[in-house]
Amino acid sequence: MTTRLFGSGIRRREDPRLITGQSTYTDDIKLTGMVHAAILRSPHAHARIASIDTSAAQGAPGVLGVYTGADTDGVLNPIPCAWVVPDSDVKTVAHPAMAKDIVRYVGDAVAVVVAENRYQAEDALELIDVAYSPLPAVVNPEEALQSGAPQLHEDAPNNQAFHWAIPGEGTDAAFESAEVVVKDRIRQQKLIPNAIEPRSAVASWQSANKELTLWSTSQNPHIARFLTCLVTGLTENKVRVIAPEVGGGFGSKTPVYADEMIATYCTMQLGRPVKWTETRTENYQATVHGRDHVEYVEMAATREGRITGLRTVVYAGMGAYLSTAATGIPTILHGLMYSGPYDIPNIKTDVYGVFTTTTPVDLYRGAGRPEATFLVERLVDLLAAEVGKDPVEVRRLNLIPKFDNGHDVAAGLTYDSGDYETTMDVALAKVDYPQLRQEQAHQREHGSYIGIGVTTYCEICGLGPSQVAGAVGFGGGLWESATIRITPTGKVSAAVGVNPHGQGENTTFAQLLADELGVSIDDIDIIYGDTDNTPMGWGTYGSRTTPVGGSAVVLSARKIIEKAKIIAAHLLEAAEADIEFADGKFSVRGSPDQNKTFQDVALMANLAWNMPEGVEPGLEATTYYDPPNFTYPFGTHIAVVQIDPDNGHIVLQRYLAVDDCGPQINPMIVEGQVHGGVVQGAGQVLWEGAVYDDNGQLLTGSMLDYALPRAHLVPDVETFSTVTPSPTNPLGVKGIGETGTIASTITIYNAVIDALRPLGVTTLEMPLTPERVWRAIHQQG
Amino acid sequence: MKVLIKVTVNNRVHEVEVEPRLLLVGLLREELGLTGTKIGCDTSQCGACVVRMNGATVKSCTCLAVQADGAEITTIEGLAQNGDLHPVQEAFWDNHGLQCGFCTAGMIMTVTELLERNPKPSAQEVRDGLKGNICRCTGYHNIVKAALAAAEAMGG
Repeated sequence: MTTRLFGSGIRRREDPRLITGQSTYTDDIKLTGMVHAAILRSPHAHARIASIDTSAAQGAPGVLGVYTGADTDGVLNPIPCAWVVPDSDVKTVAHPAMAKDIVRYVGDAVAVVVAENRYQAEDALELIDVAYSPLPAVVNPEEALQSGAPQLHEDAPNNQAFHWAIPGEGTDAAFESAEVVVKDRIRQQKLIPNAIEPRSAVASWQSANKELTLWSTSQNPHIARFLTCLVTGLTENKVRVIAPEVGGGFGSKTPVYADEMIATYCTMQLGRPVKWTETRTENYQATVHGRDHVEYVEMAATREGRITGLRTVVYAGMGAYLSTAATGIPTILHGLMYSGPYDIPNIKTDVYGVFTTTTPVDLYRGAGRPEATFLVERLVDLLAAEVGKDPVEVRRLNLIPKFDNGHDVAAGLTYDSGDYETTMDVALAKVDYPQLRQEQAHQREHGSYIGIGVTTYCEICGLGPSQVAGAVGFGGGLWESATIRITPTGKVSAAVGVNPHGQGENTTFAQLLADELGVSIDDIDIIYGDTDNTPMGWGTYGSRTTPVGGSAVVLSARKIIEKAKIIAAHLLEAAEADIEFADGKFSVRGSPDQNKTFQDVALMANLAWNMPEGVEPGLEATTYYDPPNFTYPFGTHIAVVQIDPDNGHIVLQRYLAVDDCGPQINPMIVEGQVHGGVVQGAGQVLWEGAVYDDNGQLLTGSMLDYALPRAHLVPDVETFSTVTPSPTNPLGVKGIGETGTIASTITIYNAVIDALRPLGVTTLEMPLTPERVWRAIHQQG
Repeated sequence: MKVLIKVTVNNRVHEVEVEPRLLLVGLLREELGLTGTKIGCDTSQCGACVVRMNGATVKSCTCLAVQADGAEITTIEGLAQNGDLHPVQEAFWDNHGLQCGFCTAGMIMTVTELLERNPKPSAQEVRDGLKGNICRCTGYHNIVKAALAAAEAMGG
């Protein structure tokens, strides 16, 4: 009996090339005749361009071309927003690849230089003379919506990009009659995603055939091709997008960017391959940011602690333009998840998307769901304090009871499956919660402040049914694809439309296939990242790669076996119904000696010397899998922090996560996703934040100024799991890529407030720097 | 004006004429084709560019190529010997110490030096030793685990 690989934490197949430096990322590519582009960016947050003089740059050593917005205007179409949420009055303002008249954020592209090498290109940038007439800046989304605020776009009055609402009939009445109401103002600060690989593109135009090849740091090469065609006017059959090894994305490599289109313009002008790679400072200015909400949130409840309503007003910063998926994040991926794991009968929200003179905002790990989880869990903790109960008891009172196949929540979603109380009980037992509370009380008596945060969360991922995508204005489908080809010797190549870039599907998909096809995992090749040799697919984001892409892989494998059975039956001169497939062999029921191996059948299918009548040669199958629903992973996270009241310093002492993503194909990889997600969320609460001054200058403009989690600042992450299969896909799996980030920010935040409550501190703005904590403690006097 | 320098990289001697402003990482990646060393931040913060120079770890994005004149450099490409992975590479693989792989070369080079200095580090000593290397994927958990496993495997 072959060992099943589903469930086995085998080490990753992608690693040998990565640990030896042999992998090829976009910036590692070197083509014959390749030249280098550098982009001049606006130093002003908002300004009118009076003139641009490129003459000195044109004559600089090594320079081959200098182009501005005047050149690309009318040649490159505006950079599109691909998610237009319906019934929301979305203002899809024009976003030129290079600004011609007005710049709207520090980092807006105004000119590009192409030179023989990068040093020469950067030198020549300094010779370009741009005369700017500065205009006033506005960086806070709530302030930008006020009358009298500086206006970014003529066609977006009051800087309003959209207004989306859940009317929540009955919610206002629930608040009026509520025994208890708790409320807060939450600032979800702007974050910089910080994939460690900067964005990069190599664009190569072959003028003879009018074909473009674009190597690009993309999470979704097929979408990149589609949008590249929209911008350039090229047709898809003439554009090949290749995302080679991609060094992390966290959402920031999903959008289509001006820069890649500028590189494309340059190669089409010069006829030579053009490489552009951003510096880290450019990454901070020109790669999308995340979050940036100002939220007014309130919860209505009974005196007992039962939640009766949730009401919010959210000002969501969009930055200067609408990036690819921007409008869907604070709406569909946020407001629709306000129930979390709780039974909340009334939900109402008004979300305003707002333009500001800052870097555009788009998907960033969790995208909308960390913000939703944060505000719900924050309010639940406030409610517990208000009604004088332990936060765990208030959660227990409101959790949706266990369900296996569908549960409707007030915002209109149907959750797939859930068992929230069990994950909570497992987590509480693992930390010995009563003992932990006793220890806290004991330490307080001795002037030591530890805090405990408990989060029960549920999130939406595994995006998702395409019909829903269409209904909510997403400009694409959300199915996935897999084409499996079997070679004459029975080797397997599976080409998929998703594009893993660290999540390990080169390994997990191969595990699935080894089980389904009964072949050695070493005989399987997973192909992704190249539009020329993979079937159309929508890419890797929204924790969808395994639930949706993995399902396509398994369904294709089953089609292969179906066809192979027909061939095997013919070869064994048996009825197809009598053929059994196990351990890589097709045998006749009751006569196991009469059999053909998978490899025998593969050879005969490819040779086609003796095929059953009407059966085509070859052994190949394709599946386009469109899931009937999203997946809704859930769990309970617990953080323990210690605070030094003398200096405001927070130590994250302990972090424990119990997550339920259904059955795990590779538990080692699942744990890795949780570890990383948790620490990324810890970054938001403790250290990170894009800080702008009133003039719209990004003060946290490099890694020297933007504080990221480092090894010595975080503890090990203790991981545990429960298993509740999802009924929505053939694997029963749920996404796990974002849960850590979705849960950890608020878990640590609530732990800090829990520690500080005896000192009179009940609210703090993130990140919780020692200075902020110290000031809050001392202002309470 | 170009300057002639002589560097030994992964036991191979190179005599190269370089611009005085060329960074060591530029020499490795652009001139010598050793692209395993990565550029992540340009400001000595992320550590993706860490290589060994005369045994010490240096951030090759803030070291000039001319400063490496006469030096012995080891990069990630030079770590495996005769096709056998270095124990630190093996430990990163065994313990899922990497996801996207972009910080990995710098992490592995840093850990090799750390373990030479301190063959039996505690978890906290490993964490302190990795202050200069940023990973956005792993939350460091499995990197620390890998470093400790490598120490064990190397007899520390």
